[in-house]
Amino acid sequence: MIDYALHFGFFALSLALLMNIWRAIKGPTDMDRILAVDTMVINLIAVIILYGIYEKTTLYFEAALLFAMFGFVSTVAYCKFILRGDVIE
Amino acid sequence: MHLIHELLISGLIVLGAIFALVGSYGMLKFPDLMTRLHAPTKATTLGVGGALVASMVYFLTLEGHVSIHEVLISLFLFLTAPITAHFIAKAYMHKHLKPKQLPKTQSGWSTYSASPAEQSHKHSQSSTSHQ
Repeated sequence: MIDYALHFGFFALSLALLMNIWRAIKGPTDMDRILAVDTMVINLIAVIILYGIYEKTTLYFEAALLFAMFGFVSTVAYCKFILRGDVIE
Repeated sequence: MHLIHELLISGLIVLGAIFALVGSYGMLKFPDLMTRLHAPTKATTLGVGGALVASMVYFLTLEGHVSIHEVLISLFLFLTAPITAHFIAKAYMHKHLKPKQLPKTQSGWSTYSASPAEQSHKHSQSSTSHQ
C-alpha cells in the first residue's frame, strides 16, 4: 500500500514542479520567477524525502537538508541584490 | 509491518502531496504577485511536513529508533519560509509599486519614510525653529 501512495506522491509532486516551471517561464515580473524557483526547491525536498522512503534508506536526508539551505540562501541573496545593489555590504 | 502503520504512512504521504499540488496550482492561478505569495509559502511547508512525518513513522517502524534528521529539515523550513516571503514582498514593493499605491498606515511604511522617533524629532525641531 505504501508503494501506491509513493507513486501517487511522485506523480502529484511532479505535476506541482511542472506548474512551477510554467510560472517561471510566464511570470511577468522577475519576482514571480524567484518565487517559482524557491517553490521548486521546496517541492524537490519533498521528492527527495519520498525517494528515500522508496529506497528504504536514510541516506538522502543530508541531500534534502542541503537543498533547503541552498534554496533559502539563494532566494535571500537575490532579493537583497535587487533591494540594495549588493549582497553583503 | 502492520496495517495501521501502513495506513498512517500512506495517508500522510498522500496528504502531503495533495497539499503541495494545491499550493503550486494556487501560485499558477492568482492574478498578482502579492496574492501569489500566499499559496506556496503555506502549502509547501505542509506538504514537506507531511512527507517528513511519514518518513519519521516509516523509519521508526522499519528500524525501531527515532531519527531526528526530519525534524531538523522541517524546523529549518518553518523558520525560513516567512523570511523568504518577507524578502520577496519587500523587493517587489520597492521595485514595482509607487508610494501612492500603498495602503495608509499610522506612522508610515518602515522603508519608505523615517522611523516614528525621527519623525517626531524633526517635527519638534521644525516647530521650535519656526518660533
